[in-house]
Amino acid sequence: MTDTDAEAGWFAGRAAVAAARDRIANGEADQPRDWPALAVASGFADSTDDYYDRLHEETLGATRETVRERERADDQQLIHVVRAMDDCERTANELAERAAEWAGSLFDDPEPGIEGARAVADREPDGELERRAVSLAGRVTGLAAERDALAETIDRIAPAVAPNLAEMAGAELAARLIALAGGLESLAKKPSGTVQVLGAEDALFAHLSGRAPSPKHGIIYTHDYVRNTRPEDRGSAARALAGKLTLAARVDYYSGERRATLHEEIRERMATIRARAEAESDGGAEGGA
Amino acid sequence: MSDSDLPAGVERREIAGETRLATRGPPVYGEPTADGWRAWDPRRSKLGGMFELGFVTGLTGGETVLYLGAASGTTVSHVADFAGPTYAVEFAPRPARDLLDAARPRDRLFPLLKDARKPESYAHVVEVDVDAIVQDVATRGQATVAARNARFLADDGRLLLAVKARSEDATADPSDVFDAALDELRETYEILETRRLDRYHEDHLGVVATPQ
Ligand SMILES: C[S@@+](CC[C@H](N)C(=O)[O-])C[C@H]1O[C@@H](n2cnc3c(N)ncnc32)[C@H](O)[C@@H]1O
Repeated sequence: MTDTDAEAGWFAGRAAVAAARDRIANGEADQPRDWPALAVASGFADSTDDYYDRLHEETLGATRETVRERERADDQQLIHVVRAMDDCERTANELAERAAEWAGSLFDDPEPGIEGARAVADREPDGELERRAVSLAGRVTGLAAERDALAETIDRIAPAVAPNLAEMAGAELAARLIALAGGLESLAKKPSGTVQVLGAEDALFAHLSGRAPSPKHGIIYTHDYVRNTRPEDRGSAARALAGKLTLAARVDYYSGERRATLHEEIRERMATIRARAEAESDGGAEGGA
Repeated sequence: MSDSDLPAGVERREIAGETRLATRGPPVYGEPTADGWRAWDPRRSKLGGMFELGFVTGLTGGETVLYLGAASGTTVSHVADFAGPTYAVEFAPRPARDLLDAARPRDRLFPLLKDARKPESYAHVVEVDVDAIVQDVATRGQATVAARNARFLADDGRLLLAVKARSEDATADPSDVFDAALDELRETYEILETRRLDRYHEDHLGVVATPQ
């Protein structure tokens, strides 16, 4: 054994605690070696026992830090991203209206919306007023591009934060549910009836104060399983979906393991609901003939 | 099974009026205890199920173990109770948080937040020639994970593997999934014993293997 063997171990260089933990968390080696013996031979540890004592200490420390880091990084960051995306979208649309109105007074037949702003932004301005109007349109397209970039980030990180929820709901809806609940933990702890109406707080409040019927669904309405189900079945579709989304959030929060059965079950449940609708509409057609 | 096949440190003890498989150590998940012994529930642990079913694991106690898919530490805490140095790999942060609690009072249990599909990311920490690899990752590509980690195992070491059929393919017939997994394993390992764990874990196959 040579010194260079020991160099490949997490304990190389007899570094300070912080560096040793960083090496445990982020280091690499192609092949394992007899690290305890190498650590003793290199003088890092007095004995194998001493080596294992220190390994215990440092793996606990390194793992605790990485766990904390990841947890901080994940669901709360996702919430920032989804809120920033919504703000960009809303602001881009508002500003697009202003930019279009202004452009209409300066140029011939500008189009409304983000697309219109894009066309205006490409123009060669003439004079100070046109320069400002064209520049404003440029800000609109910039905000729209930022919105799209944020959406891509959600697609990337939502499956890491909540693999089952993201698979079932899609990345964006998963992120919205987490944001509405305030975090994956609180989403995992909500009853499925609450998850079903998350995002419909206004309607729920109206219902509770006796002014309206109880809402059948909140943000989960955007899911294909609810939206593309015929109106009379939407309540049961929303209930079934909310039930499975709640379970998905719980599995993600408590275990992090992908659970294939969950995804099978919701597919089957939806197939049943839709088959019923088809059977009934066939039956109705026959009855009418 | 005859108790002589159990490693030293794993015993059948009278706990809460029942004879239970048990190890000695601080409790981890609210399991019943008696006189310092903690009941090891084969329904919550694939390795526990393998012991109950009489698999010849080759474990005698005191060995160096690499455990893949440690989750919150249910099984690996029992392993660390009777084995020697035990490296516990888990890649999900949330269960790893509980794994830390199980590892803190066990001075030869080393928790690592790592992806078992990337052994290079922990080969600078986990030593070579471990006596046993215990694997329970319940994720797609279970045979691949076992093959990639063979580099850690001593030539006469044992792989104790639980294959979960549904993690590979939720719709296929479990026996087909198991056959495919075993075929892939045979490229790296010699299979010594296989049996379904269904009595304790539905659609799981227990495997004992050794490097080729
Ligand atoms: C069935 S659970 C393990 C239960 C544990 N063995 C016990 O009995 O206490 C499977 C675990 O493997 C983990 N896992 C899945 N794929 C993994 C990978 N590639 N690397 C590390 N851990 C993984 C999951 O996060 C999950 O915690």
